Amino acid sequence: MKNKKTIPPKWADRFLEWYCKPSLFEDLQGDLYEHFYRHIEDKGIRKAKLIFVLNVFKFFKPYTVKKLNFLNKLTQFIMFKNYFKTSFRSIARNKLFSFINVFGLAVSMSVCLLMITLLTEVKSYEKFHADASDIYRATNLYQYLEEEPNLFASTSIIAGKRIKEEIAGVEAATIMRRNFAGDFENDNQKFALRGIWADESFFDVFSFEVIYGDKDQALTNPKSLVITDETALKIFNQLNVVGETLLKGDEPYQVTAVVKTPPFNSHIKFEVIGSFSTLDQAQMQRNATGWLSWQNMWMNYTYFKVADGQSIKNIQAALDKISIDQNSREKYTSIQLGAQPILKIMTGPQISNSLGMNMGSETLWILGILSFVVILSAGFNYTNLSIARSLRRAKEVGIRKVVGAKRGQIFSQFTVEACIISIFSLILAYGGFLLIKPLFLSLNPEMSRMLQLKLEPITIIYFVLFAILVGFAAGLLPSLVLSKLKAIQVLKTTSNTKLFSSVSLRKALIVIQFTLTLGFIISANVAYNQFKYSVNFDKGFNGENIITIGLAGNDPEQVKTLFERIPEVEQISMAAMVLGTGERWGDDLKYKDPLDSTTIYYSSVDQNYIPMLKHNLIAGSNFLRTPTSDNESEIIVNETLLKRFNIGTPQEAIGEQVLVGSNKLTIIGVVEDFHYAPINEPIESFGFRQNLEDIQLLNLKVNSTNLVGTMDKLRAAWEGFDEVHPFESRFHSEHIARAYDTYELMFTIVTFLAFVSISIACLGLLGMGVYTAETRMKEISIRKVLGASESSLIQLLVKGFMYLLLIAAVIAIPATYYLFDSIILADQANRISIGLNEMGLGVLFIFCIGFLTISSQVWKAAKANPSSTLRSE
Amino acid sequence: MKGTYLGEFQEVVLLTILVLEGNAYGVSIQEEIEKRTGRSVSRGALHTALTRLDEKGFINSEYGGATAERGGRRKRFYQVTNLGKSALEEAKSLREDLWSSVPKVALQKIQG
Repeated sequence: MKNKKTIPPKWADRFLEWYCKPSLFEDLQGDLYEHFYRHIEDKGIRKAKLIFVLNVFKFFKPYTVKKLNFLNKLTQFIMFKNYFKTSFRSIARNKLFSFINVFGLAVSMSVCLLMITLLTEVKSYEKFHADASDIYRATNLYQYLEEEPNLFASTSIIAGKRIKEEIAGVEAATIMRRNFAGDFENDNQKFALRGIWADESFFDVFSFEVIYGDKDQALTNPKSLVITDETALKIFNQLNVVGETLLKGDEPYQVTAVVKTPPFNSHIKFEVIGSFSTLDQAQMQRNATGWLSWQNMWMNYTYFKVADGQSIKNIQAALDKISIDQNSREKYTSIQLGAQPILKIMTGPQISNSLGMNMGSETLWILGILSFVVILSAGFNYTNLSIARSLRRAKEVGIRKVVGAKRGQIFSQFTVEACIISIFSLILAYGGFLLIKPLFLSLNPEMSRMLQLKLEPITIIYFVLFAILVGFAAGLLPSLVLSKLKAIQVLKTTSNTKLFSSVSLRKALIVIQFTLTLGFIISANVAYNQFKYSVNFDKGFNGENIITIGLAGNDPEQVKTLFERIPEVEQISMAAMVLGTGERWGDDLKYKDPLDSTTIYYSSVDQNYIPMLKHNLIAGSNFLRTPTSDNESEIIVNETLLKRFNIGTPQEAIGEQVLVGSNKLTIIGVVEDFHYAPINEPIESFGFRQNLEDIQLLNLKVNSTNLVGTMDKLRAAWEGFDEVHPFESRFHSEHIARAYDTYELMFTIVTFLAFVSISIACLGLLGMGVYTAETRMKEISIRKVLGASESSLIQLLVKGFMYLLLIAAVIAIPATYYLFDSIILADQANRISIGLNEMGLGVLFIFCIGFLTISSQVWKAAKANPSSTLRSE
Repeated sequence: MKGTYLGEFQEVVLLTILVLEGNAYGVSIQEEIEKRTGRSVSRGALHTALTRLDEKGFINSEYGGATAERGGRRKRFYQVTNLGKSALEEAKSLREDLWSSVPKVALQKIQG
């Protein structure tokens, strides 16, 4: 008679039950129902429902609402002791499972601890400045005609000056310029120092600690020098050196202040600071228009501090006004000034031309997601094994419920247990963290310069919070399942396998785990192959067995004669840089039409370079002489340039004239296109030139069976010649390999994570295998008695698991393929095609491991003597 | 004595319970009061009064059988205890005492 329509709205009913005091509940609810049925008769069903709902809400009054049951909470608190005891007992009883859980969690947690430390540290960058949140860096969004705009961390000097003078809300602004470096002489002793130029407001914006000297005047006068305490000790052997003079070339610089070496969590690092007025005065006299050009934005930086109570919006509006004013005077380019908070520099997007390094939000996200995936996998293990094992705990739950435990109490008991396991794991994980920390820092030289991964008290707190969170998350599902059990069911039936309907959930978790693992393995494989492919790629030149030596500012001819005396050295060539590494210099090139220009990338070389590096000269001739500092007249270009200007065949191009910058150069040769940039970038116009000032390194072809001995000779020769600068030598191929170290880095990290996640997933699988074999022991024995062979038994049990792995493979392969094909490698000009080889190997590997893990357990069960298992009943 | 003080509404409720004899529970009390006094009584106000009376020991309650009209919920029947009855009588006698002490003249309505 009572169909769904004639009962009050369920949710309102539930709400009433939820808030109402139990002593009042029945009475109140009864009254409401009675009203409800009466209202149906005289007001209709809809109105009756509405009144019911309204009444439920009307009843929500202090005297009807449940009081927080403190007594109840107290019991729970007292029960914690008991929870701990039972948890420890259960952990001790199931040693294998506890080990799998603790170990798996520990391994993945150590990865996460590393991430937490890294994040805390990255977040600490620039925090040491007073009012760090008010400090901004001016950025330039540069756009040439209609080309894609690019964001730069550098800005023009005029922008800096106008920010200082015109924007009222700016409390202080400082203009800086990079590359203040050179040899500084004291008492005929030279020291190579690196640093920046900065103007007198530097210490108003930043809070670098000044030890000696007047910070307000330190950078005011030209030829002033601020040095760090470490530099002072190195040069003068004492700290208070204000007033001392250092010679840079012929120019004397006076030390006006000594500051503390910038802390590692500052993106601005320096050994010396030169006063910006030194440059400013000289340039303003020589070439004021160029110096103050809106487009002179590649070397200078402006950082400013916003005054209290000023919003950055107003500042941005003022910056926009300056941009509009300046852009109106420009023909082809437009530059938009922007402001980036200094606290976001480390974690924000990668911006070109940044002063110092940044981690980049992208890297942080990738690392974060990867560690999350790993911890997820370990959490799944816990969930899976605990649910599977919960059969054994069911009776315990039943008894607890009979004695009076509430659902919430059972829930908190199992959550506490999970947290205990995760705290255990944390202790192990900390050991793991200490182990992988130095490995991580040495992955990449940049890493160790950017990060220390020092432990602060706050990080430890994060660790513990993290462990509790992990424990809670991993224990959530098992706790829910167990606390839902009904006492009567558990205690009545002897076999309670039917109680658990979460088998499919467990299967799903295994599939997800293996999908992620497969993804890692395939990614590691692809990254490795791409790295190998890039390094061994035919770049159009060959630098094998060539040693590269940096000149460190010395005269190339002098160094060349120095090394020529060593008999093992066969040939020496000069170059501006190692090509193919990503370093490149560019200039404007014009052919006949003065309005049509393109960027030409170039390197300056001598006559030996092209034959030595086996470039393919397809027309014309090689250079005949060594580079000179004036009357440069010749250029050897690549094929792409000819195509760009329709110069015709290589032969026709010989003798044509081009304008590079302000130099008129004749094309004397054409080389086949080669990869002067990393191979993931397309080939554009390139030329070899002969400008002596550009030469920065020597390439040595060595004919020796004892390379180490030769290297020592080279080093000895260098050290006898230049005492200031360290000997910098490296194989040409090493330079190239370094250019692709992103792939290598990716490969190392992903391989490590793949290893971690394989171990975790297999541990999980092992646990499930043990569990299956255990629970189906009797079944196996009976089958065996009835005549089943051992191999058919193994097949029976393994089949289910292999099926899960197969599903995982079916998901993982296309997903990873898509990830690499369309996202990660999509913008690479030269890349491997991802084939069966890259995909299949990993899958095969996982299948083998999975099969071995499961069958080892099943084998044991299948081999067992049926009489011993069946005897007991 | 603050504890035994009987508010006007509480008195009405007590009397209504007596009027209803054995059939006094939430809904019936509410309806009876509404019928007799003509004022609408909210379930909340009634409940507060019942709780207070229960605290003072003027009424007690017990659950009756479940009925279909209440969705299987039991009725909670209220009865006036002896203490409640004496409190009512006390209130009544107090009132009668006061009534009898009022001089007749004072009751005459003033014209105009």
